Amino acid sequence: MELLLAIVIGGLYAAAIYSLLRRSIVKLVIGLILLGHATNLLIFTAGGLTRARPPIVAEGALALTPPYADPLPQALILTAIVISFGVVAFTLVLVKRAYKTVGTEDLDDMRGTDR
Amino acid sequence: MGLAATIFSGFLLAILAPFLHRLLRGKTGWVFALLPLAIAIYLAGFHREVRAGEALRAAYEWVPTLGIRLSFYLDGLSLLFALLISGIGALVLIYAGGYLHGHAQLGRFYSYILMFMASMLGVVLADNLLALFIFWELTSLSSYLLIGFNHEKEDSRSAALQALLITGGGGLALLAGIILLGSVGGSYEISALANADGVIREHPLYLPALLLFLLGAFTKSAQAPFHFWLPGAMAAPTPVSAYLHSATMVKAGVYLLARMNPILGGSAEWHYLVTLAGAATMLIGALLALPQTDLKRLLAYSTVSALGILVLLLGIGTAEAAKAAMVFLVVHSLYKGSLFMMAGAVDHETGTRDVQSLGGLVKIMPVTALAAGLAALSMTGFPPLLGFIGKELIYEAKLQAPTAAPLILGIGVIANIINVTVAAIVGIRPFVGDKRATPRKPHEAPLSLWLGPLTMAAAGLLLGLFPGLIANSLVSPAIQAIRAEEIVLKLKLWHGLNFVLLLSVFTVLAGIALFFARNFFRRLAGRAQGLSFLTPSVWYQKGLDGLMGFARAQTRLLQNGYLRYYLLTIFLATMLLVFFKLVLPPGWQSLEKFAVARYYEIGLGVAMLLAALVALFSRSRLTAAIALGVIGYGVAVIFVFYGAPDLAITQILIETLSVILFVLVVYHLPAFNRLSGSRSRLRDALVALLFGGMMSALVLKATNLQLHPTISGYFAENSLSLAHGRNVVNVILVDFRALDTLGEITVLAVAAVGVFALLKLKLK
Repeated sequence: MELLLAIVIGGLYAAAIYSLLRRSIVKLVIGLILLGHATNLLIFTAGGLTRARPPIVAEGALALTPPYADPLPQALILTAIVISFGVVAFTLVLVKRAYKTVGTEDLDDMRGTDR
Repeated sequence: MGLAATIFSGFLLAILAPFLHRLLRGKTGWVFALLPLAIAIYLAGFHREVRAGEALRAAYEWVPTLGIRLSFYLDGLSLLFALLISGIGALVLIYAGGYLHGHAQLGRFYSYILMFMASMLGVVLADNLLALFIFWELTSLSSYLLIGFNHEKEDSRSAALQALLITGGGGLALLAGIILLGSVGGSYEISALANADGVIREHPLYLPALLLFLLGAFTKSAQAPFHFWLPGAMAAPTPVSAYLHSATMVKAGVYLLARMNPILGGSAEWHYLVTLAGAATMLIGALLALPQTDLKRLLAYSTVSALGILVLLLGIGTAEAAKAAMVFLVVHSLYKGSLFMMAGAVDHETGTRDVQSLGGLVKIMPVTALAAGLAALSMTGFPPLLGFIGKELIYEAKLQAPTAAPLILGIGVIANIINVTVAAIVGIRPFVGDKRATPRKPHEAPLSLWLGPLTMAAAGLLLGLFPGLIANSLVSPAIQAIRAEEIVLKLKLWHGLNFVLLLSVFTVLAGIALFFARNFFRRLAGRAQGLSFLTPSVWYQKGLDGLMGFARAQTRLLQNGYLRYYLLTIFLATMLLVFFKLVLPPGWQSLEKFAVARYYEIGLGVAMLLAALVALFSRSRLTAAIALGVIGYGVAVIFVFYGAPDLAITQILIETLSVILFVLVVYHLPAFNRLSGSRSRLRDALVALLFGGMMSALVLKATNLQLHPTISGYFAENSLSLAHGRNVVNVILVDFRALDTLGEITVLAVAAVGVFALLKLKLK
């Protein structure tokens, strides 16, 4: 399974990077979204995979009993999901505003505006 | 306490100066002069203790972990310099009030010059080398501000920058030297290092440390080939030239050499390098002075020459030389400060500094003429002025130099002959002969303008007649600090009829002869203009231009304004760096150890990869949004499979929101167009695939590499008992790492404000 996930993560990264390198401003956003997914999965897989043992203390027990899925990467990813949503939401609105203001979706044409 | 107060009172007054100046108006200079005067009197009060060898100390911890202490001590050398700094400082403050009378930024000027004075006192009183370095750089900084005081002028700005780059660059070399010396000697305290000198000179790092120290001292004291910043610094108002660029700041390098002599001196390297630099500077400064016609430039080049003499004497390193150096230090500060102030007064009254258009001023400006004449006589080394004693001692020291004495003496005589001529051109020529038309109708300078030069010139005469006043109280303790041995000094005018006296007479006569032949040499120098490509100032300009050109070129290359090239640079650099981390540490696990993927998991993975391809290449915006949704939900399903229900719930919620938002926004944007050519698509695809492959390899390597012990066990153990929560992920977020979650919420809030602002923003 790690092998499969590694391929999926690699594929998502490749797609994200290809998309980020495009000139279209919408593709940039797609790249950003894909990059978020790929990174969350990377952290998840790198932390070690444990099938179907969520880190929840059972009724009557005082602590988690192994094996359990590592709660720490999960906490990190939970934060990351929310933050990347914030970034994507902001970028989307910024992109829309930039398009309205500059009148182009081509990033190469936008570079003239900060000179 | 007192020592620190002498320094920090100056800084305090510097801060208050602009405000006080508004209250005091024309009297500011006179009032401010009380501070350096008080400092001078306070410090002079310690001369008995200092002479008895009891150094006065004060120390405060500053950055103890780095060995930086604000430690000060007052010994003979410090006292001599500190008295020159504060004494001349008082006169300069009065002088500046007259010279810049009515200038709109006079308050600021006082602020800068007081900051300089305080920093310079810090340099000569500091015991800790790092504290010395900080004060040292502060003097460079205040010199920069003062040279560029007339900041509307292009010349002033570039001269200020030149001085800053050279002295500041030398300062950095000094810092490196200090750190080397600190690591060799085990302390940054000068007084501690002086006790461990044998170890330092034997150490392999001695030579690098010495070279760095010398670089710092030579740049500051305008030694060849760094001498050219000093004439450039004449763009400063004259009080600055008199104070910083003749009497005090440029002597900081000399001070450093004298101070470090017991620690770094005495070796063959020291002897040859310092002697060579000093002798070369002495000659070059004198030769360059001769063809000048501007009063300040004449004085600037002769200052370079004088600094060369001081450095040369410290290089020779005998007791005689140290004696000559300390006496000449006083001599030069007095006459040169006086001549500079006189030049400023003449400039102020007549409107010109060109010696060719000045003459006969003695009748109009008798007091200024008196000061100029006395100072010039001291500069020529005429008895009974202090300059005479200084020159005798210098000749004596050169005569007894351990190596190449005839050569050093020969160069010294040439330099001194020219200095006699310069003294005559500057101090005598403008006042005698016929009156000439000047831009302004001249008057006698006001009291504030002649008090300083006359005081200093008179001091030169007084001390020449009664050298005993300073011989044993000031000069011999200073020599003692350089030589680290007991010195009894007898200064007197008459040494009997000997070779040195004959040399002095010859020097003065030859100087007067040269004075009358000066126009011939001026023409000769005019013809040598073609050789100007040899001068270091041209190298400096070329170096600076080259640096600027390089900066522009690399900015054009790296800051090209294309987002995708920035990203490409980042990706390639990341790949390069990660590649080493992937290859270097061992630990590739065989693939059999991995859990076998189930068929529906394989189906999910394939679906996600296909969706990624669709998101990339679909021409329809809606299809791309759906593909992104597929990937997002796919991630959520993976979370479900591997025991992360919280992540799955969050992911599904967020993904839904994201897709909706995406569709809403993209609806307003144009359809996808093919903007890039096939070649760049191919290049990007290659980079993307390489990066993806690297990340795959990283995942495989990371899954079986445990670099640090996991801390998850702590959360698993204590989630229920300490935080009373069964869902460990939630407990981490809201309890163990609650502050991080607060940060996350803040980020979201900021993003929300940003989104709101962008939506509501009404642009014209």
